[in-house]
Amino acid sequence: MSVDTATVKRIASLARIAITDEDAARMAPELGNILGWIEMLEEVDTTGIEPMTAVIPNTLRLRDDVVNADPLTGGGIREQVLANAPVAEHGFFAVPKVIE
Amino acid sequence: MTDLTDLGIAGIRDGVRDGSFKAREIADAFIVKVSRAKALNAFLVETPEHAIAAATAADTARQAGETLKPLAGVPIGMKDLFCTKGVTTTAASHILEGFTPTYESTVSQNLWDAGAGMLGKLNMDQFAMGSSNETSAFGNVISPWKRNDGGNASLAPGGSSGGSSSAVAARLCPGATGTDTGGSIRQPAAFTGISGIKPTYGRCSRWGTIAFASSLDQAGSMARDVKDCAILLEAMAGFDAKDGTSLQLDVPKWEAGLSGNLNGLRVGIPKEYRVDGMPEEIEALWQQGIDWLKDAGATIVEVSLPHTKYALPAYYIIAPAEASSNLARYDGVRYGIRDLPTGAGLQDMYAATRADGFGPEVKRRIMIGTYVLSAGFYDAYYTQAQKVRTLIARDFERAWETCDVLLTPTAPSAAFALGEKSADPIAMYLNDVFTVPSSLAGLPAMSVPGGLDKQGLPLRAADHRQATRRTRRAERRARDRTASRIYRATRGLVVT
Amino acid sequence: MSDYRIQGETGEWEVVVGLEVHAQVTSNAKLFSGAATAFGAEPNTQVSLVDAAMPGMLPVPNRECIRQAVRTGMAIEAQINKWSRFDRKNYFYADLPQGYQISQLYHPIVGEGAIDISLDEKNPDAAGKRIGVERIHVEQDAGKLMHDQHPTQSYVDLNRSGVALMEIVSKPDLASPAETGAYLRKLRSILRYVGSCDGNMEEGSMRADVNVSVRKPGDELGTRTETKNVNSVRFVMAVVEQEARRQVEVLEAGGKIQQETRLYDPDRNETRSMRSKEDAHDYRYFPDPDLLPLVLDDAFLAECRASLPELPDAKRARYEALGITAYQATVLTAEVEAARWFDALLDAGVKPAAAANWTTSELFGALNRTGKDIENSPVSPAQAAELLGLIADGTLSGSLAKQVFEVMLETGDGAAKVVEDRGLKQTSDTGAIEAVIAEVMAANADKVADYRGGKDKLFGFFVGQTMKAMGGRLTLLW
Ligand SMILES: [Mg+2]
Ligand SMILES: [Zn+2]
Repeated sequence: MSVDTATVKRIASLARIAITDEDAARMAPELGNILGWIEMLEEVDTTGIEPMTAVIPNTLRLRDDVVNADPLTGGGIREQVLANAPVAEHGFFAVPKVIE
Repeated sequence: MTDLTDLGIAGIRDGVRDGSFKAREIADAFIVKVSRAKALNAFLVETPEHAIAAATAADTARQAGETLKPLAGVPIGMKDLFCTKGVTTTAASHILEGFTPTYESTVSQNLWDAGAGMLGKLNMDQFAMGSSNETSAFGNVISPWKRNDGGNASLAPGGSSGGSSSAVAARLCPGATGTDTGGSIRQPAAFTGISGIKPTYGRCSRWGTIAFASSLDQAGSMARDVKDCAILLEAMAGFDAKDGTSLQLDVPKWEAGLSGNLNGLRVGIPKEYRVDGMPEEIEALWQQGIDWLKDAGATIVEVSLPHTKYALPAYYIIAPAEASSNLARYDGVRYGIRDLPTGAGLQDMYAATRADGFGPEVKRRIMIGTYVLSAGFYDAYYTQAQKVRTLIARDFERAWETCDVLLTPTAPSAAFALGEKSADPIAMYLNDVFTVPSSLAGLPAMSVPGGLDKQGLPLRAADHRQATRRTRRAERRARDRTASRIYRATRGLVVT
Repeated sequence: MSDYRIQGETGEWEVVVGLEVHAQVTSNAKLFSGAATAFGAEPNTQVSLVDAAMPGMLPVPNRECIRQAVRTGMAIEAQINKWSRFDRKNYFYADLPQGYQISQLYHPIVGEGAIDISLDEKNPDAAGKRIGVERIHVEQDAGKLMHDQHPTQSYVDLNRSGVALMEIVSKPDLASPAETGAYLRKLRSILRYVGSCDGNMEEGSMRADVNVSVRKPGDELGTRTETKNVNSVRFVMAVVEQEARRQVEVLEAGGKIQQETRLYDPDRNETRSMRSKEDAHDYRYFPDPDLLPLVLDDAFLAECRASLPELPDAKRARYEALGITAYQATVLTAEVEAARWFDALLDAGVKPAAAANWTTSELFGALNRTGKDIENSPVSPAQAAELLGLIADGTLSGSLAKQVFEVMLETGDGAAKVVEDRGLKQTSDTGAIEAVIAEVMAANADKVADYRGGKDKLFGFFVGQTMKAMGGRLTLLW
């Protein structure tokens, strides 16, 4: 598996990680090696095999439609929600202006 | 009087109950020890006040004649992956620097409810990605063990729960929490000669634990022996309605169930684990384990887990894929650091923040995960890996037809020196070759000490009791301590 | 059914439209957290740690949201999938705290169904068309960005973040602005009958992504564009018209249609390319590992089915069978509140045809005039039944009933009370009336002369005087 620098840059951009040309060039063979190694999976015959969906035989539990039933998963906690924000103003999170 | 920090969880719990010592004395002894063991870099944050408060509560309760809680008077170390209310939590990543949760993870809350106190937050591989604790943004953790070759190489405590393993092995705490995604409890336990249990997926709530790979992450206990691990895990585990994958089952009385009697137990030896080039020493150790189990009454059967060799590549698709998505939330908007180059827009801010905040290994895995999920590759990588995962789980199902548990080595090598493998990601990933299959199948697994490394020379446990100064001096002292009661670090045994 | 065509320079073009409607599920709490969903709260006050994607947070689904999606699926006779699953759609944006939206791509909860639309209210059955629904899936809403509060910053409000949406995806079966509008109105009506969405488009409870392509009749499907988040029926219809016209122009000028995301600008009545979202096409969907497969059991499905109300098409058919005209039946069933009101009127024993006539003309007219919705009609079905009863038994003439109704609208009193209070019973004693008229004419001889001389306007004066002398009891018999 060979990965070129352009691919590394495209993936980094998808993952929103700024990357320099040098780092992309350095990372290309490294990613190529890792991907080459995991491609070993191609040799496994998986015809008729379902992909695993739940590691334990368990299905989804549903909760009742009650507001703030558990304070840990309820609302009305604006101070907590904003407590760690790098920039919060007037009850909002603030980010660099987005032009839509 | 013995050194209180030589006591394990059971010893402390029982001694506090019967009045042999006060919980406060225990807390103080460990607090002092932690404060003097900075050379190991096992703790990111020390929280003596938390440990003291819990100890005081235990002593007060005893004085009042109340029934003591299961972990009353026991101070523990908390892996920094667990969010702790009011105490900085970073997952050892720069990107979360300064993050102080306003909430407590279910696992840590369960421990406080059981009367335990916290000595501090333990260093780890960044976002639990690593097998040597070298990916922490806050420095390597050093194992208290030394090779007996006269050299002074700093050894890896394993990872990602390397702060936990180092701290327990160095007697900085009698037990610690760990998390295990592909071996992150078992491998560091093996590297440092302690015990570690990763329970069945869903046993411990994941709520409030910083996610690495959701379908694999599982909290567990790390302590000096299996009994201590059992006590700790009983307090950590339990159904949690806030976690959709939490097991809705009662927590077994693990401690009460411990016995040395293995009569009738069928122990499977998977033949595919005898990998090419496995060192003779591991072979020998494995055989010794088999003999011990036989002596205890178990029957040994050979079993086959034919897809074993595909476990690691499957894992290195699934775990990074999940991680690439789980770590998308670290974007500099709601918590942690923000990098805002001049004139940068929103997306540039994300890219700058994440480039600066994540360490190289985290970035590498996010890149792998992003790649395997990207358009055109999803089925070839991710779907195929999940199919292989089904086959791996099926292998275990088949094995259970002829055996009750499996006995395998934990890791393919002894503790290596820091820096020895960090240049080669795949060599590092191969550390998890024996631990990953049970992770993929969601099965419980435990690493227990099996003996000392012959060729790697005797390993020594650290003891920083008398170390009043730092670093090298402390390390040197550490080497003088109690080699005799040391377990062989690397060659733990996994019982699945 | 539609012969809608765009006349281009090279000939006629057909329009092919598919709608993806995002409908906010009616529930108290969010899809995966216990925070409230109410509209209009202070910023970030209805946000849980889960909705803000704090580290270590996990989603646990709200049963009611699942139930509403299933009921909606049943209402359009769709396939209900007993096994479904949530997937993550990964992209970075400031309104998306997790960095992914939890949605359903590979295994949606509801599969194929259909909605019957009609373009002619007067003859609904003849002008009907069946529009296929591809699927309905459940997903999280995003937060809201405010761009006008600060010169260099956008503000993020996560109150909507995590609110449950149903995404209802039609097949590309719509062929004109009119069909598209009819489909959206019908869908909205069904959702409101079911109670799974309040259909409030101004508050954003329903938004449509409009997929439009054009082709020469008989050709393969053309490349489509998607115009996002259009929030009124009128705008959706405008998007179809403008976007189709634009595409024809591009194609006839020898250009190509880019498959892209567009935005509708109502002020200019045009669609525009949204370049900002262009690189977001690789969403890296994969099953959400925090959520196990969603498996619905028979008891759950049975409860969902049993809780469904009579739906608009069934109700319209029932009304028609009662002798109500097709037009009136259509009008009466279009909005669930009207149908509910009318059903109560029928339950009170009023004859269907009379009830329909009165409701569609008198009541709807009055509500229209006073700008009131039927939910807060000042006249209740019981009061209306009483009024119609007084007409039926001859106590009130049609015109006297109109006066009584006016008073009822104003005071909220019952019909009998109004009649009693104001002595508005119909007088049929023509002799008494004639005597009064003679008196009035005698007392106003000059005006009689003027009237006869051509001053027609005085007629009203005589009526007024006569009524006054009768104590207001005279009804307008002429
Ligand atoms: Mg869409
Ligand atoms: Zn959607």
